[in-house]
Amino acid sequence: MIEVKNIAKSFNGVPVLKNIDVLFEKGKTNLIIGQSGSGKTVLLKSIVGLHDIEQGKVIFDGTVFNELNFKDKKEMRKQIGMLFQGGALFDSATVEENVMYPLNMFTELTYSEKRDRANECLKRVNIINANQLYPAEISGGMKKRVAIARAIALNPRYLFCDEPNSGLDPQTAILIDDLIKEITVEYNMTTIVNTHDMNSVMEIGDKVVFIYNGAKWWEGTRDDIFDSENEELNKFIFASKLSQKIRDLKNRH
Amino acid sequence: MGLFYHIGKYFLLLFRVFAKPEKFKIYYRETIKEIDKLGLNSIWIVAVISVFMGAVITIQTAYNTDNPMYPKYLIGLTARDTLLLEFSSTIIALILAGKIGSNIASEIGTMRITEQIDALEIMGVNSASYLILPRIIASVIFTPFLTLMSMIIGIFGGWVAGVSTGVMTTQDYVYGIQYAFIPYYIVYALIKIAIFAFLITTISAYHGYYTSGGSLEVGKSSTKAVVHSSIFILLFNVILTQLLLS
Repeated sequence: MIEVKNIAKSFNGVPVLKNIDVLFEKGKTNLIIGQSGSGKTVLLKSIVGLHDIEQGKVIFDGTVFNELNFKDKKEMRKQIGMLFQGGALFDSATVEENVMYPLNMFTELTYSEKRDRANECLKRVNIINANQLYPAEISGGMKKRVAIARAIALNPRYLFCDEPNSGLDPQTAILIDDLIKEITVEYNMTTIVNTHDMNSVMEIGDKVVFIYNGAKWWEGTRDDIFDSENEELNKFIFASKLSQKIRDLKNRH
Repeated sequence: MGLFYHIGKYFLLLFRVFAKPEKFKIYYRETIKEIDKLGLNSIWIVAVISVFMGAVITIQTAYNTDNPMYPKYLIGLTARDTLLLEFSSTIIALILAGKIGSNIASEIGTMRITEQIDALEIMGVNSASYLILPRIIASVIFTPFLTLMSMIIGIFGGWVAGVSTGVMTTQDYVYGIQYAFIPYYIVYALIKIAIFAFLITTISAYHGYYTSGGSLEVGKSSTKAVVHSSIFILLFNVILTQLLLS
Protein backbone atom coordinates (compact mmCIF):
# COMPACT_ATOMS: atom_id res chain seq x y z
CA MET A 1 0.00 0.00 0.00
CA ILE A 2 1.26 3.46 -0.86
CA GLU A 3 -0.17 6.53 0.75
CA VAL A 4 0.40 9.98 -0.71
CA LYS A 5 -0.35 12.75 1.75
CA ASN A 6 -0.71 16.36 0.72
CA ILE A 7 2.23 16.45 -1.68
CA ALA A 8 3.17 19.48 -3.73
CA LYS A 9 5.83 20.16 -6.33
CA SER A 10 6.71 23.11 -8.49
CA PHE A 11 9.24 23.87 -11.20
CA ASN A 12 10.72 27.38 -11.35
CA GLY A 13 7.92 28.66 -9.14
CA VAL A 14 5.18 27.13 -11.31
CA PRO A 15 3.11 24.66 -9.27
CA VAL A 16 2.85 21.29 -10.99
CA LEU A 17 1.39 19.20 -8.17
CA LYS A 18 -1.09 20.79 -5.78
CA ASN A 19 -1.78 19.16 -2.42
CA ILE A 20 -2.47 15.65 -3.65
CA ASP A 21 -3.85 13.03 -1.25
CA VAL A 22 -4.39 9.50 -2.49
CA LEU A 23 -4.18 5.90 -1.33
CA PHE A 24 -2.90 3.21 -3.72
CA GLU A 25 -3.97 -0.25 -2.70
CA LYS A 26 -1.98 -3.46 -2.56
CA GLY A 27 -2.69 -6.26 -5.05
CA LYS A 28 -4.54 -3.85 -7.31
CA THR A 29 -3.64 -1.89 -10.42
CA ASN A 30 -4.05 1.75 -9.48
CA LEU A 31 -4.29 4.05 -12.48
CA ILE A 32 -3.40 7.71 -12.65
CA ILE A 33 -5.15 9.28 -15.63
CA GLY A 34 -5.16 12.76 -17.06
CA GLN A 35 -4.30 14.81 -20.11
CA SER A 36 -0.73 15.27 -21.29
CA GLY A 37 0.88 17.93 -19.11
CA SER A 38 -1.55 17.43 -16.24
CA GLY A 39 1.23 16.32 -13.87
CA LYS A 40 0.85 12.52 -14.00
CA THR A 41 4.50 11.75 -14.67
CA VAL A 42 5.67 14.31 -12.11
CA LEU A 43 3.36 12.67 -9.56
CA LEU A 44 4.72 9.21 -10.36
CA LYS A 45 8.33 10.38 -10.27
CA SER A 46 7.67 12.24 -7.02
CA ILE A 47 6.28 9.08 -5.44
CA VAL A 48 9.37 7.04 -6.38
CA GLY A 49 11.70 9.86 -5.31
CA LEU A 50 13.05 10.86 -8.72
CA HIS A 51 11.69 14.34 -7.97
CA ASP A 52 12.02 15.88 -4.51
CA ILE A 53 8.67 17.02 -3.19
CA GLU A 54 8.24 20.36 -1.43
CA GLN A 55 5.68 19.26 1.10
CA GLY A 56 3.76 16.21 2.22
CA LYS A 57 4.60 12.56 2.69
CA VAL A 58 4.89 9.44 0.57
CA ILE A 59 4.34 6.39 2.76
CA PHE A 60 5.26 2.90 1.54
CA ASP A 61 3.59 0.38 3.89
CA GLY A 62 4.18 2.55 6.94
CA THR A 63 7.64 3.86 5.93
CA VAL A 64 7.81 7.55 5.09
CA PHE A 65 9.86 7.18 1.92
CA ASN A 66 10.60 10.85 1.24
CA GLU A 67 12.06 11.32 4.72
CA LEU A 68 14.53 8.43 4.47
CA ASN A 69 18.25 9.19 4.16
CA PHE A 70 20.13 8.42 0.93
CA LYS A 71 21.27 4.97 2.11
CA ASP A 72 17.86 3.82 3.34
CA LYS A 73 16.20 5.18 0.22
CA LYS A 74 18.61 3.12 -1.87
CA GLU A 75 17.70 0.00 0.14
CA MET A 76 13.99 0.72 -0.25
CA ARG A 77 14.36 1.12 -3.99
CA LYS A 78 15.42 -2.49 -4.30
CA GLN A 79 11.77 -3.29 -3.61
CA ILE A 80 10.60 -1.04 -6.44
CA GLY A 81 10.27 -1.98 -10.09
CA MET A 82 9.58 0.64 -12.69
CA LEU A 83 8.59 0.52 -16.32
CA PHE A 84 9.51 3.73 -18.11
CA GLN A 85 7.73 5.22 -21.10
CA GLY A 86 10.45 4.22 -23.57
CA GLY A 87 11.46 1.09 -21.70
CA ALA A 88 14.80 2.61 -20.59
CA LEU A 89 16.68 -0.57 -21.42
CA PHE A 90 20.47 -0.31 -21.36
CA ASP A 91 21.52 0.07 -25.01
CA SER A 92 24.89 -1.59 -24.59
CA ALA A 93 23.47 -4.73 -22.97
CA THR A 94 21.56 -7.62 -24.51
CA VAL A 95 17.98 -8.45 -23.50
CA GLU A 96 19.25 -11.12 -21.10
CA GLU A 97 21.93 -8.85 -19.63
CA ASN A 98 19.32 -6.15 -19.06
CA VAL A 99 17.17 -8.51 -17.00
CA MET A 100 20.22 -9.89 -15.20
CA TYR A 101 21.43 -6.40 -14.28
CA PRO A 102 19.58 -6.00 -10.94
CA LEU A 103 20.49 -9.59 -10.06
CA ASN A 104 24.17 -8.90 -10.76
CA MET A 105 24.04 -5.76 -8.70
CA PHE A 106 22.13 -6.90 -5.65
CA THR A 107 22.31 -10.68 -5.30
CA GLU A 108 25.03 -13.20 -4.61
CA LEU A 109 23.56 -15.79 -6.99
CA THR A 110 25.86 -17.75 -9.29
CA TYR A 111 25.93 -16.87 -12.97
CA SER A 112 23.75 -19.83 -13.96
CA GLU A 113 21.22 -19.05 -11.21
CA LYS A 114 21.03 -15.45 -12.39
CA ARG A 115 20.60 -16.57 -15.98
CA ASP A 116 17.86 -18.99 -14.97
CA ARG A 117 16.03 -16.26 -13.08
CA ALA A 118 16.38 -13.86 -16.03
CA ASN A 119 15.03 -16.52 -18.40
CA GLU A 120 12.17 -17.24 -16.03
CA CYS A 121 11.22 -13.53 -16.02
CA LEU A 122 11.58 -13.27 -19.79
CA LYS A 123 9.41 -16.35 -20.25
CA ARG A 124 6.85 -14.81 -17.93
CA VAL A 125 6.52 -11.83 -20.27
CA ASN A 126 6.51 -14.08 -23.34
CA ILE A 127 9.95 -13.16 -24.63
CA ILE A 128 11.45 -16.24 -26.19
CA ASN A 129 14.54 -16.58 -28.42
CA ALA A 130 15.48 -12.92 -28.08
CA ASN A 131 17.90 -13.18 -25.16
CA GLN A 132 20.97 -12.27 -27.16
CA LEU A 133 19.40 -9.38 -29.08
CA TYR A 134 20.14 -5.76 -28.24
CA PRO A 135 17.35 -3.24 -27.45
CA ALA A 136 17.85 -1.60 -30.85
CA GLU A 137 17.02 -4.93 -32.51
CA ILE A 138 13.62 -5.52 -30.89
CA SER A 139 10.20 -3.90 -31.31
CA GLY A 140 8.62 -1.31 -28.99
CA GLY A 141 6.25 -3.85 -27.48
CA MET A 142 9.11 -6.27 -26.81
CA LYS A 143 11.12 -3.48 -25.19
CA LYS A 144 8.23 -2.83 -22.79
CA ARG A 145 7.97 -6.53 -21.97
CA VAL A 146 11.72 -6.82 -21.37
CA ALA A 147 11.48 -3.76 -19.12
CA ILE A 148 8.71 -5.49 -17.16
CA ALA A 149 10.87 -8.61 -16.88
CA ARG A 150 13.73 -6.48 -15.54
CA ALA A 151 11.38 -4.72 -13.13
CA ILE A 152 10.16 -8.00 -11.60
CA ALA A 153 13.55 -9.75 -11.50
CA LEU A 154 14.06 -8.98 -7.81
CA ASN A 155 10.44 -9.75 -6.81
CA PRO A 156 9.55 -6.14 -6.00
CA ARG A 157 6.71 -5.11 -3.71
CA TYR A 158 5.86 -2.05 -5.76
CA LEU A 159 5.55 -1.63 -9.51
CA PHE A 160 5.34 1.72 -11.28
CA CYS A 161 4.52 2.06 -14.96
CA ASP A 162 4.78 5.34 -16.82
CA GLU A 163 2.55 5.26 -19.91
CA PRO A 164 3.18 1.58 -20.65
CA ASN A 165 1.07 1.71 -23.82
CA SER A 166 2.47 4.79 -25.48
CA GLY A 167 3.51 4.14 -29.05
CA LEU A 168 2.00 0.65 -29.16
CA ASP A 169 -0.74 -0.72 -31.40
CA PRO A 170 -4.05 -1.51 -29.61
CA GLN A 171 -3.45 -5.27 -29.61
CA THR A 172 0.03 -5.04 -28.11
CA ALA A 173 -1.25 -2.42 -25.66
CA ILE A 174 -3.86 -4.89 -24.38
CA LEU A 175 -1.14 -7.57 -24.01
CA ILE A 176 0.96 -5.20 -21.90
CA ASP A 177 -2.08 -4.21 -19.81
CA ASP A 178 -2.98 -7.84 -19.19
CA LEU A 179 0.59 -8.61 -18.25
CA ILE A 180 0.70 -5.76 -15.72
CA LYS A 181 -2.59 -6.92 -14.23
CA GLU A 182 -1.52 -10.57 -14.01
CA ILE A 183 1.85 -9.75 -12.48
CA THR A 184 0.24 -7.46 -9.91
CA VAL A 185 -2.03 -10.25 -8.70
CA GLU A 186 0.67 -12.94 -8.96
CA TYR A 187 3.26 -11.02 -6.92
CA ASN A 188 0.66 -9.25 -4.74
CA MET A 189 2.26 -5.91 -5.54
CA THR A 190 1.07 -2.34 -5.23
CA THR A 191 1.01 -1.22 -8.85
CA ILE A 192 0.61 2.34 -10.06
CA VAL A 193 0.15 2.96 -13.77
CA ASN A 194 0.21 6.34 -15.47
CA THR A 195 -1.89 6.41 -18.58
CA HIS A 196 -4.18 8.43 -20.79
CA ASP A 197 -5.38 5.35 -22.62
CA MET A 198 -9.06 4.72 -21.94
CA ASN A 199 -8.71 1.07 -22.96
CA SER A 200 -6.29 0.58 -20.07
CA VAL A 201 -8.75 2.21 -17.71
CA MET A 202 -11.47 -0.22 -18.73
CA GLU A 203 -9.16 -3.26 -18.84
CA ILE A 204 -7.13 -2.97 -15.66
CA GLY A 205 -8.25 0.08 -13.66
CA ASP A 206 -9.06 -1.38 -10.23
CA LYS A 207 -8.71 2.11 -8.88
CA VAL A 208 -8.58 5.26 -10.98
CA VAL A 209 -7.31 8.68 -9.98
CA PHE A 210 -7.94 11.59 -12.34
CA ILE A 211 -5.39 14.40 -12.25
CA TYR A 212 -6.33 17.73 -13.74
CA ASN A 213 -4.06 20.75 -13.79
CA GLY A 214 -1.80 19.29 -11.08
CA ALA A 215 -4.59 18.48 -8.62
CA LYS A 216 -6.57 15.36 -7.85
CA TRP A 217 -9.94 15.94 -9.47
CA TRP A 218 -11.65 12.60 -9.06
CA GLU A 219 -11.05 9.06 -7.81
CA GLY A 220 -13.05 5.86 -8.04
CA THR A 221 -13.23 2.55 -9.85
CA ARG A 222 -13.54 1.90 -13.58
CA ASP A 223 -17.20 1.06 -13.02
CA ASP A 224 -17.89 4.44 -11.43
CA ILE A 225 -16.21 6.38 -14.17
CA PHE A 226 -19.09 6.44 -16.67
CA ASP A 227 -21.50 7.63 -14.00
CA SER A 228 -19.31 10.46 -12.81
CA GLU A 229 -20.70 13.96 -13.03
CA ASN A 230 -17.28 15.54 -12.85
CA GLU A 231 -17.18 17.88 -15.82
CA GLU A 232 -13.43 17.77 -16.49
CA LEU A 233 -13.33 13.99 -16.14
CA ASN A 234 -16.20 13.62 -18.58
CA LYS A 235 -14.47 15.92 -21.06
CA PHE A 236 -11.35 13.74 -20.79
CA ILE A 237 -13.13 10.39 -21.03
CA PHE A 238 -15.60 11.29 -23.73
CA ALA A 239 -13.19 13.17 -25.93
CA SER A 240 -13.33 10.56 -28.68
CA LYS A 241 -16.36 9.70 -30.80
CA LEU A 242 -15.97 6.04 -29.88
CA SER A 243 -16.30 6.69 -26.16
CA GLN A 244 -19.25 9.04 -26.81
CA LYS A 245 -20.98 6.22 -28.71
CA ILE A 246 -20.28 3.78 -25.86
CA ARG A 247 -21.81 6.25 -23.41
CA ASP A 248 -24.88 6.70 -25.61
CA LEU A 249 -25.32 2.94 -25.95
CA LYS A 250 -24.94 2.49 -22.19
CA ASN A 251 -27.50 5.22 -21.51
CA ARG A 252 -29.96 3.62 -23.97
CA HIS A 253 -29.89 0.32 -22.10
CA MET B 1 26.53 33.30 -9.88
CA GLY B 2 26.12 30.72 -12.65
CA LEU B 3 29.78 29.76 -12.39
CA PHE B 4 29.58 29.15 -8.63
CA TYR B 5 26.34 27.21 -9.11
CA HIS B 6 28.04 24.87 -11.58
CA ILE B 7 31.20 24.52 -9.48
CA GLY B 8 29.08 23.59 -6.43
CA LYS B 9 27.01 21.15 -8.45
CA TYR B 10 30.18 19.63 -9.94
CA PHE B 11 31.67 18.97 -6.49
CA LEU B 12 28.38 17.55 -5.21
CA LEU B 13 28.41 15.17 -8.17
CA LEU B 14 32.01 14.17 -7.37
CA PHE B 15 30.94 13.50 -3.79
CA ARG B 16 28.39 10.99 -5.11
CA VAL B 17 30.89 9.54 -7.60
CA PHE B 18 33.38 8.65 -4.87
CA ALA B 19 30.83 6.93 -2.64
CA LYS B 20 31.43 3.28 -1.80
CA PRO B 21 30.56 1.13 -4.84
CA GLU B 22 27.64 -1.31 -4.57
CA LYS B 23 29.74 -4.19 -5.90
CA PHE B 24 33.47 -3.92 -6.54
CA LYS B 25 33.42 -6.80 -9.03
CA ILE B 26 30.97 -5.00 -11.30
CA TYR B 27 32.90 -1.72 -11.09
CA TYR B 28 36.10 -3.58 -11.92
CA ARG B 29 34.44 -5.11 -14.99
CA GLU B 30 33.14 -1.70 -16.06
CA THR B 31 36.60 -0.18 -15.62
CA ILE B 32 38.13 -2.81 -17.92
CA LYS B 33 35.44 -2.07 -20.52
CA GLU B 34 36.18 1.66 -20.28
CA ILE B 35 39.93 1.09 -20.62
CA ASP B 36 39.15 -0.65 -23.89
CA LYS B 37 36.69 2.01 -25.05
CA LEU B 38 38.44 5.18 -23.91
CA GLY B 39 42.07 4.06 -23.82
CA LEU B 40 42.82 1.34 -26.35
CA ASN B 41 40.57 2.95 -28.94
CA SER B 42 42.58 6.16 -28.66
CA ILE B 43 45.94 4.53 -29.43
CA TRP B 44 45.55 4.91 -33.18
CA ILE B 45 44.70 8.63 -33.17
CA VAL B 46 47.43 9.42 -30.62
CA ALA B 47 50.00 7.47 -32.66
CA VAL B 48 49.12 9.17 -35.94
CA ILE B 49 49.13 12.66 -34.47
CA SER B 50 52.35 12.05 -32.53
CA VAL B 51 54.33 10.78 -35.50
CA PHE B 52 53.35 13.75 -37.66
CA MET B 53 53.82 16.30 -34.89
CA GLY B 54 57.27 14.87 -34.11
CA ALA B 55 58.12 15.17 -37.79
CA VAL B 56 56.87 18.76 -38.07
CA ILE B 57 58.63 19.89 -34.88
CA THR B 58 61.90 18.45 -36.16
CA ILE B 59 61.62 20.01 -39.62
CA GLN B 60 60.55 23.41 -38.27
CA THR B 61 63.37 23.41 -35.71
CA ALA B 62 65.83 22.47 -38.43
CA TYR B 63 64.74 25.35 -40.68
CA ASN B 64 64.70 27.85 -37.83
CA THR B 65 68.18 26.89 -36.62
CA ASP B 66 69.78 26.73 -40.05
CA ASN B 67 72.88 28.53 -38.89
CA PRO B 68 76.46 27.17 -38.57
CA MET B 69 76.53 28.68 -35.05
CA TYR B 70 73.94 26.19 -33.85
CA PRO B 71 74.96 22.56 -33.47
CA LYS B 72 72.79 20.04 -35.35
CA TYR B 73 72.04 18.02 -32.21
CA LEU B 74 69.94 21.00 -31.08
CA ILE B 75 67.22 19.74 -33.43
CA GLY B 76 66.89 16.45 -31.54
CA LEU B 77 67.08 18.19 -28.18
CA THR B 78 64.33 20.68 -29.13
CA ALA B 79 62.09 17.96 -30.54
CA ARG B 80 62.55 15.86 -27.39
CA ASP B 81 61.84 18.68 -24.93
CA THR B 82 58.85 19.97 -26.91
CA LEU B 83 57.34 16.50 -26.98
CA LEU B 84 58.10 15.70 -23.34
CA LEU B 85 57.13 19.02 -21.84
CA GLU B 86 54.09 20.05 -23.84
CA PHE B 87 52.99 18.00 -26.79
CA SER B 88 52.64 14.50 -25.30
CA SER B 89 50.76 15.74 -22.27
CA THR B 90 48.92 19.00 -23.04
CA ILE B 91 48.23 18.66 -26.77
CA ILE B 92 47.35 14.98 -26.42
CA ALA B 93 45.00 15.94 -23.56
CA LEU B 94 43.31 18.52 -25.81
CA ILE B 95 42.89 15.88 -28.50
CA LEU B 96 41.51 13.41 -25.96
CA ALA B 97 39.12 16.09 -24.68
CA GLY B 98 37.64 16.08 -28.17
CA LYS B 99 37.60 12.33 -28.54
CA ILE B 100 36.77 10.85 -25.15
CA GLY B 101 35.16 13.98 -23.67
CA SER B 102 32.48 14.12 -26.33
CA ASN B 103 32.03 10.35 -26.12
CA ILE B 104 31.46 10.44 -22.36
CA ALA B 105 29.11 13.45 -22.46
CA SER B 106 26.99 12.12 -25.32
CA GLU B 107 26.82 8.60 -23.91
CA ILE B 108 25.78 9.68 -20.42
CA GLY B 109 23.57 12.45 -21.84
CA THR B 110 21.70 9.96 -24.02
CA MET B 111 21.27 7.68 -21.01
CA ARG B 112 19.80 10.64 -19.14
CA ILE B 113 17.26 11.65 -21.78
CA THR B 114 16.18 8.04 -22.43
CA GLU B 115 15.59 7.58 -18.68
CA GLN B 116 18.27 4.89 -18.35
CA ILE B 117 19.81 6.86 -15.47
CA ASP B 118 16.40 7.06 -13.78
CA ALA B 119 16.10 3.30 -14.24
CA LEU B 120 19.43 2.83 -12.43
CA GLU B 121 18.33 5.12 -9.60
CA ILE B 122 15.02 3.29 -9.23
CA MET B 123 16.89 0.00 -8.86
CA GLY B 124 18.83 1.52 -5.97
CA VAL B 125 22.09 1.96 -7.89
CA ASN B 126 24.20 5.07 -7.30
CA SER B 127 24.07 6.04 -10.98
CA ALA B 128 26.69 8.79 -10.66
CA SER B 129 29.24 6.43 -9.21
CA TYR B 130 28.37 3.52 -11.48
CA LEU B 131 28.59 5.58 -14.67
CA ILE B 132 31.42 7.96 -13.85
CA LEU B 133 33.88 6.25 -11.48
CA PRO B 134 34.96 3.46 -13.90
CA ARG B 135 35.53 6.11 -16.58
CA ILE B 136 37.67 8.22 -14.25
CA ILE B 137 39.77 5.25 -13.15
CA ALA B 138 40.15 3.98 -16.73
CA SER B 139 41.26 7.32 -18.13
CA VAL B 140 43.56 8.26 -15.23
CA ILE B 141 45.25 4.85 -15.43
CA PHE B 142 45.49 4.62 -19.20
CA THR B 143 46.30 8.13 -20.44
CA PRO B 144 49.84 8.10 -18.96
CA PHE B 145 50.53 5.10 -21.22
CA LEU B 146 49.23 7.08 -24.17
CA THR B 147 51.56 9.92 -23.21
CA LEU B 148 54.58 7.61 -22.98
CA MET B 149 53.62 6.11 -26.32
CA SER B 150 53.21 9.57 -27.81
CA MET B 151 56.71 10.58 -26.61
CA ILE B 152 58.32 7.52 -28.18
CA ILE B 153 56.39 7.73 -31.45
CA GLY B 154 56.85 11.51 -31.67
CA ILE B 155 60.63 11.20 -31.27
CA PHE B 156 60.63 8.40 -33.85
CA GLY B 157 58.60 10.58 -36.25
CA GLY B 158 61.11 13.38 -35.75
CA TRP B 159 64.00 11.08 -36.60
CA VAL B 160 62.28 9.75 -39.74
CA ALA B 161 61.46 13.27 -40.95
CA GLY B 162 64.86 14.71 -40.07
CA VAL B 163 66.89 11.98 -41.71
CA SER B 164 64.67 11.54 -44.77
CA THR B 165 64.72 15.28 -45.55
CA GLY B 166 68.45 15.40 -44.97
CA VAL B 167 68.39 18.23 -42.41
CA MET B 168 70.53 16.20 -39.96
CA THR B 169 72.11 12.81 -39.44
CA THR B 170 70.96 9.99 -37.21
CA GLN B 171 74.00 10.53 -34.98
CA ASP B 172 73.11 14.21 -34.44
CA TYR B 173 69.53 13.36 -33.63
CA VAL B 174 70.38 10.53 -31.21
CA TYR B 175 72.99 12.73 -29.51
CA GLY B 176 70.43 15.54 -29.29
CA ILE B 177 67.70 13.47 -27.68
CA GLN B 178 70.19 12.22 -25.08
CA TYR B 179 71.84 15.58 -24.43
CA ALA B 180 71.03 17.26 -21.08
CA PHE B 181 68.17 14.85 -20.55
CA ILE B 182 66.17 15.49 -17.39
CA PRO B 183 64.16 12.35 -16.44
CA TYR B 184 61.86 14.47 -14.25
CA TYR B 185 60.32 15.89 -17.43
CA ILE B 186 58.70 12.51 -18.00
CA VAL B 187 57.33 12.44 -14.46
CA TYR B 188 56.06 16.00 -14.97
CA ALA B 189 54.28 15.01 -18.18
CA LEU B 190 52.72 11.93 -16.57
CA ILE B 191 51.44 13.90 -13.58
CA LYS B 192 49.96 16.47 -15.93
CA ILE B 193 48.20 13.96 -18.17
CA ALA B 194 46.73 12.09 -15.17
CA ILE B 195 45.25 15.35 -13.86
CA PHE B 196 44.06 16.36 -17.34
CA ALA B 197 42.41 12.95 -17.74
CA PHE B 198 40.58 13.46 -14.46
CA LEU B 199 39.40 16.89 -15.63
CA ILE B 200 38.27 15.64 -19.04
CA THR B 201 36.33 12.71 -17.58
CA THR B 202 34.65 14.53 -14.73
CA ILE B 203 33.78 17.72 -16.66
CA SER B 204 32.38 15.71 -19.57
CA ALA B 205 30.49 13.38 -17.25
CA TYR B 206 29.08 16.40 -15.41
CA HIS B 207 27.70 17.86 -18.65
CA GLY B 208 26.31 14.49 -19.72
CA TYR B 209 24.80 13.65 -16.35
CA TYR B 210 22.87 16.90 -16.10
CA THR B 211 21.59 16.92 -19.69
CA SER B 212 17.92 17.67 -19.90
CA GLY B 213 15.67 17.78 -22.93
CA GLY B 214 16.25 15.89 -26.15
CA SER B 215 18.88 15.00 -28.71
CA LEU B 216 19.64 18.67 -29.36
CA GLU B 217 20.68 19.10 -25.72
CA VAL B 218 22.87 15.98 -25.91
CA GLY B 219 24.75 17.67 -28.76
CA LYS B 220 25.03 20.87 -26.72
CA SER B 221 26.30 18.96 -23.68
CA SER B 222 28.87 17.25 -25.83
CA THR B 223 30.11 20.57 -27.21
CA LYS B 224 30.21 22.14 -23.74
CA ALA B 225 32.14 19.12 -22.45
CA VAL B 226 34.86 19.60 -25.07
CA VAL B 227 35.06 23.39 -24.70
CA HIS B 228 35.09 23.41 -20.90
CA SER B 229 37.52 20.51 -20.66
CA SER B 230 39.89 22.28 -23.05
CA ILE B 231 39.72 25.53 -21.08
CA PHE B 232 40.42 23.76 -17.80
CA ILE B 233 43.28 21.78 -19.36
CA LEU B 234 44.92 25.03 -20.45
CA LEU B 235 44.30 26.66 -17.06
CA PHE B 236 45.67 23.70 -15.14
CA ASN B 237 48.60 23.49 -17.52
CA VAL B 238 49.74 26.90 -16.28
CA ILE B 239 49.11 26.04 -12.63
CA LEU B 240 50.84 22.64 -12.81
CA THR B 241 53.79 24.01 -14.73
CA GLN B 242 54.31 26.65 -12.08
CA LEU B 243 53.92 24.09 -9.28
CA LEU B 244 56.00 21.30 -10.77
CA LEU B 245 58.75 23.09 -12.68
CA SER B 246 59.43 26.30 -10.78
